[in-house]
Amino acid sequence: MQTSANASHPKGSVWTDPKVRAWIFQILAVIAVVALGWFLFDNTQTNLDKRGITSGFSFLNNSAGFGIAQHLIEYTESDSYGRVFVIGLLNTLLVSGIGIVGATLLGFILGIARLSPNWLVNKLATIYIETFRNIPPLLQIFFWYFAVMLAMPSPKQSLEFGSMFFINNRGLYLPSPSATDAFTPFLIALVLTIVAIVFMVRWGRARFEKTGQPFPLLLTSLAMLLVIPGLTIVLWGNPLSWQIPELKGFNFRGGWVMIPELIALTLALTIYTAAFIAEIVRSGIQAVNHGQTEAARSLGLPAGKILRLVVIPQSLRVIIPPLTSQYLNLAKNSSLAAGIGYPDMVSLFAGTVLNQTGQAIEVIAITMSVYLAISISISLFMNWYNKRIALIER
Amino acid sequence: MQTHTFKPDLPPPRLSVGALGWLRSNLFSSVPNTLLTIVAVYLIWLMIPPLLDWAFFSADWVGTTRADCTSDGACWVFIQQRFGQFMYGFYPTELRWRVDLTLWAAIIGAAPLFVPQMPRKAMYGLGFLVVYPILAYVLLHGGHFGLETVPTSRWGGLMLTLVIASVGIAGALPLGILLALGRRSEMPAIRVICVTFIEFWRGVPLITVLFMSSVMLPLFLPEGMSFDKLMRALIGVILFQSAYIAEVVRGGLQAIPKGQYEAAAAMGLGYWRMMGLVILPQALKMVIPGIVNTFIALFKDTSLVIIIGLFDLLNSIKQATTDPAWLGMSTEGYVFAALVYWIFCFGMSRYSMHLERKLDTGHKR
Repeated sequence: MQTSANASHPKGSVWTDPKVRAWIFQILAVIAVVALGWFLFDNTQTNLDKRGITSGFSFLNNSAGFGIAQHLIEYTESDSYGRVFVIGLLNTLLVSGIGIVGATLLGFILGIARLSPNWLVNKLATIYIETFRNIPPLLQIFFWYFAVMLAMPSPKQSLEFGSMFFINNRGLYLPSPSATDAFTPFLIALVLTIVAIVFMVRWGRARFEKTGQPFPLLLTSLAMLLVIPGLTIVLWGNPLSWQIPELKGFNFRGGWVMIPELIALTLALTIYTAAFIAEIVRSGIQAVNHGQTEAARSLGLPAGKILRLVVIPQSLRVIIPPLTSQYLNLAKNSSLAAGIGYPDMVSLFAGTVLNQTGQAIEVIAITMSVYLAISISISLFMNWYNKRIALIER
Repeated sequence: MQTHTFKPDLPPPRLSVGALGWLRSNLFSSVPNTLLTIVAVYLIWLMIPPLLDWAFFSADWVGTTRADCTSDGACWVFIQQRFGQFMYGFYPTELRWRVDLTLWAAIIGAAPLFVPQMPRKAMYGLGFLVVYPILAYVLLHGGHFGLETVPTSRWGGLMLTLVIASVGIAGALPLGILLALGRRSEMPAIRVICVTFIEFWRGVPLITVLFMSSVMLPLFLPEGMSFDKLMRALIGVILFQSAYIAEVVRGGLQAIPKGQYEAAAAMGLGYWRMMGLVILPQALKMVIPGIVNTFIALFKDTSLVIIIGLFDLLNSIKQATTDPAWLGMSTEGYVFAALVYWIFCFGMSRYSMHLERKLDTGHKR
């Protein structure tokens, strides 16, 4: 662009002015996007009219008319598609929840094992990680479902663990708790104790800040948690009664049941994601400068405190952002349930409901917006967290 | 004069050198460490012998039918008998040489790219990228030069997996680079369009994308215009993967110091020449490992096309395990599939690590 330094020089044409060009490009881009959108919208309208599909969300109130293998809330075949959607969503959240807890535990153990000075432990963790993260998750799900769960013995020959847990080709049967009369006092005692502990911890911290005298917060809280609710058990009896599954006829009755699809899916997702989490944990811990450990040691901190006060807080800063994206991946991978017919949101709603109603656009739009909502909320949380823990450098 | 002679050094304690020393410092350095070693040895002893026994010692290797599998171990006869189907799907047996030829053309054509001393590598690479897809399409699909047409519905097995993965990356790479440039653009409208596009595809699972491309694409297109199933899957995969590539490339663009942009601008280069000659060559070189990692993810994700009914490697194996003549072979089938996927992914991840080490030079101060 010409400047005023040489006024007699003719100014470049409008077309070479970067500002004008930027405007033109942007207007063209917006027009292209709008035109594309209109083109798709128009085609869709024509196609829908031709096929006689009425768009809109009123189909959600229609009766579904099919059974679902696992529903966390009441469901009968006459319930609406809207309810089917909620059941699918809850099942997706259930798988993601179990998977996230399992993968975090396993991943942290493996990640620490990967840094172990013990050669054998180190190599075992490495082999685990390199094996499982290089096999497609869908294949792992198929393996656990078709080659393991469906090959389990029939209910009569179930494998049992302490005659409380039974596993067979119909799933895993667990004892289920139900509340007795003693449950209310137990719950009240528990809540009161937790409130008391919160106040005590605050008081203890304030005193420590003021006087420097430490108070055994952890020990006292544990003791309170054991003694006070324990007292209600002594006074009123056991708050929970456990119903143990029993073999009646051809199947088990009572207790909780995890259907084989759920077991296969959670196992595969846990094992797959744990391999990635382990690598994140390892690199996070290695990212803490060795000087930090040495400085802490020279201050005379014992090994446990070095880890707890110096290394872990700093490595979490590195670990947590990729960790959340792994959680997000796990939630998205739970849609692989469609491959084995676990009734998650995708297989139930984008599969069965779509086939029955033919409302492709609405169904896919709802499904995608749920996933988008989940990922956007997680990334908003991440941004907030990153800002909160960002190093404030001097 | 008395000369002082040193006594020879004492040998190091026997427990601190050699095999014993290694054992002591790596496996039994402390009580918890010893316990860990014992637990690990127990785990290995629990798992490895039965596994080896199943997979090798008591496995059946020769035969033609299920009846030939008499022992308790794995029945590799199944894999052997169905190997052709796992590799080529329903591609006509007498035309399989065309698939082989396509693969060999890829290997021989790409080989010079891995020779460090090769002159004019970039030109050659570009030429290869233009010529090879045409050649591969003509060979695989046929219909020209007297080759019999093989419709994509008959493609399958590992060949289909490789086709989806390579077309996916070849389509996603240029689109992803453009998106990354758009995301870093100074024009707000372009930036908003690119960010929306990237975040949309990154936020949804690939399965819903495939569902969408299989049920919604026919609705989006005007009457009479339709794609076959493979094409729809490919469009879905390319759009999905380009968003991930865009984020990888953006990482590279952000790592280029501002001085490079300013120097290029000071030399009077316009936007495209500045990007093409100065910024992208440096940025792309930096993110090659990231691109390879994206490719590994894409390779694993190709297995999802099973959902829309394409017969890739995983689906071919799944179908074979439901064959009444070979019931109960699912473990063998999935272990074989896992091995094939693993070899590809592990190989690529090693290659990416090697690249990372090789490319690391010159960026460290």
